[in-house]
Amino acid sequence: MTPLLEVRDLTKRYGPRIGCADVTFELWPGEVLGIVGESGSGKSTLLSCLAGHLAPDTGSVVYDTRANGARDTLTMSEPERRMLGRTDWAFVHQNPRDGLRMNVSAGGNVGERLMAVGARHYGNIRATASDWLGRVEIADERIDDRPSAFSGGMQQRLQIARNLVTGPRLVFMDEPTGGLDVSVQARLLDLIRALVRDLGLSAIIVTHDLAVVRLLADRLMVMKSGRVVEEGLTDQVLDDPQHAYTQLLVSSVLHV
Amino acid sequence: MTDMSQDYNFAYLDEQTKRMIRRALLKAVAIPGYQVPFASREMPMPYGWGTGGVQVTAACLTPEDRLKVIDQGADDTTNAVSIRKFFERTADVAVTEATSEASIIQTRHRIPEQALSEEQILVYQVPIPEPLRFLEPRESETRKMHALEEYGLMHVKLYEDIAKNGHIATAFAYPVKVEGRYVMDPSPIPKFDNPKMDDCPALQLFGAGREQRIYAVPPFTKVVSLDFEDHPFEAGRAAHDCALCGAGDSYLDEVIIDDEGGRMFVCSDTDHCRTRREAGHTGALGVPEAFA
Amino acid sequence: MIQVENVSKQFTLHNQGGAALEVMRGAQLSVAPGECVALVGASGAGKSTLMRMIYGNYLAASGAIRVGALDVVTARPREIIALRREVLGYVSQFLRVVPRVPTRDVVAEPLLALGRPAGEARARAEALLARLNIPPALWELSPLTFSGGEQQRVNIARGFAHEYPALLLDEPTASLDAANRGTVLALIEEAKARGAAIVGIFHDEEARARVCDREVDVSGFAPGAS
Repeated sequence: MTPLLEVRDLTKRYGPRIGCADVTFELWPGEVLGIVGESGSGKSTLLSCLAGHLAPDTGSVVYDTRANGARDTLTMSEPERRMLGRTDWAFVHQNPRDGLRMNVSAGGNVGERLMAVGARHYGNIRATASDWLGRVEIADERIDDRPSAFSGGMQQRLQIARNLVTGPRLVFMDEPTGGLDVSVQARLLDLIRALVRDLGLSAIIVTHDLAVVRLLADRLMVMKSGRVVEEGLTDQVLDDPQHAYTQLLVSSVLHV
Repeated sequence: MTDMSQDYNFAYLDEQTKRMIRRALLKAVAIPGYQVPFASREMPMPYGWGTGGVQVTAACLTPEDRLKVIDQGADDTTNAVSIRKFFERTADVAVTEATSEASIIQTRHRIPEQALSEEQILVYQVPIPEPLRFLEPRESETRKMHALEEYGLMHVKLYEDIAKNGHIATAFAYPVKVEGRYVMDPSPIPKFDNPKMDDCPALQLFGAGREQRIYAVPPFTKVVSLDFEDHPFEAGRAAHDCALCGAGDSYLDEVIIDDEGGRMFVCSDTDHCRTRREAGHTGALGVPEAFA
Repeated sequence: MIQVENVSKQFTLHNQGGAALEVMRGAQLSVAPGECVALVGASGAGKSTLMRMIYGNYLAASGAIRVGALDVVTARPREIIALRREVLGYVSQFLRVVPRVPTRDVVAEPLLALGRPAGEARARAEALLARLNIPPALWELSPLTFSGGEQQRVNIARGFAHEYPALLLDEPTASLDAANRGTVLALIEEAKARGAAIVGIFHDEEARARVCDREVDVSGFAPGAS
């Protein structure tokens, strides 16, 4: 077995400021990696660099592509990278408005990625969209409604369906449960967990919510000032943190 | 070639501007369906009245040309009349209403019924050249999508049509793919006209003045209307015959004729209708006095 | 099956002046298949700490902890994850689950993670829940709404859903009535019978006497003891 993603010495600066620096890690098939840290710690910058939304200054992001094996996504051509982004990769934004087309029906939102890879049979596209809406627990009768008529939780589930319809192997998530009611959060967490398990997805989840990573992530990276200060098994990092910053982070969580 | 003693430079635009536009036209012809930016000039008419088409026509006109101008198929509507007068005055070219006699036809929202020839140029007035804009408002992104041939979004629009109406309800400005590469907005012509663009012997030029874009379909180019396998493209027209000339295969306008809701359907292409009537064809309402 | 060799553990509290607490040194333990070993010692002697190190939840400072063929001390996270999925089960004192997930699915989860068919996993979950006297009416509800004793039994059902070759049990019979306690002890005996290596912490002496083959006093691993 080979890693799905191999990141080496990834650095991104904003002028004199560090976005993220010297990040190195591997992600294996089926693994869920959590990245935690407070606002400004560089976790979102890192995610953007990994997903190809932002060009890092140095480093490599080698992905095990289906067709051609290991390829550095930073040096591959833009068409290839964008193709990867809408087929084998998925990106779930914190704000569903960033990840959905708000003026297109739920069915059209799910169908877009299919049409982008050449699906040209309306009936089949609609049937697939309907199946995916079911999987994320959105009633079939809402297929022609626009996301603007959906609740926040439904929008987020629709975003997930839209992303997973092409059967990606790697999912990037930026605070997927941020901005949602706690009750809605729980349902979404359960859904994400089941999808990751049933589809054998690998995922990288950025969040500041330690409870979310405890439930979703196998492994954890803790970031501070753009650097990874600690990484390891999620429960080990949370229950037996080694670095001063992680200890502070863990001890700062409010318990209900 | 140009007589500089006239009040205006030949065909209004100065020669440098025409050169600039011709360069854009050559590039457009070389890359069928690709939107070429050009430095659109202020014209003595408001945006939306054909400023793009007028500049393209001005750049193509020679003193020997015979110009026809139509607006929604008609030679006698305000837009058509004023543009025709504009070139009569600034270029002193011959004008005509007969499709077959014209060497350049400037059109707003129609393609003439009569088949065009290799000797002719069809100039379209284009309000919005970007077919992807309604779903993707970022110009930077749509350009990238054209460059990388990412056209899935165009089908999302058609998908939405079917989901909402049960069929592809887009009736005009129906998107096409040119020579298997660029997706293009054919300007707001009825989709009835789309098949005429395919393999057309005439040169088709498109000018969008406000948006500063020129694009082209060279003669004998493949132009395919987008569709789904299970919802194929249909040209579609009103299920009537022309009330004046009886034509059963032309694109029709609906005309309200009284205050009781009475209406009739007539050819939108006035030249086509007149030619048929002159040849003895008659529709259900005969030839009303006004046209006789 | 489980081999602990010369393991030490210390906690460094960076936010309290970098105080280093050495809590264990030279820990040794060996558990064979089919054997149940009880960790004993006073409260705070390090029973849970040792158990957590075996599970990979706490980092050992030195030494080796072999579960099957894997050394947990040096293993990479994904190897530990695979170990926990297939080989090493853990029944903790606390139930940690996603809110709102039905009890039946909570118990079936370890089997689903192994890729077993959903029907089979649920059937196994229901059988265990029934055996542990959780009324069927509760199976559709989240265990987070249950009483302490019920949560404990759900936790046990989850821990026994998959037949792990090695099991860690942290106070499995605490807060249970006599009938349920009997069921749990029977489950442990069945696991031993099929060859599972078990490490347990039992404050309940009777239970310890019934299922445990040996006792290991962790007080002997205190840094000052040797």
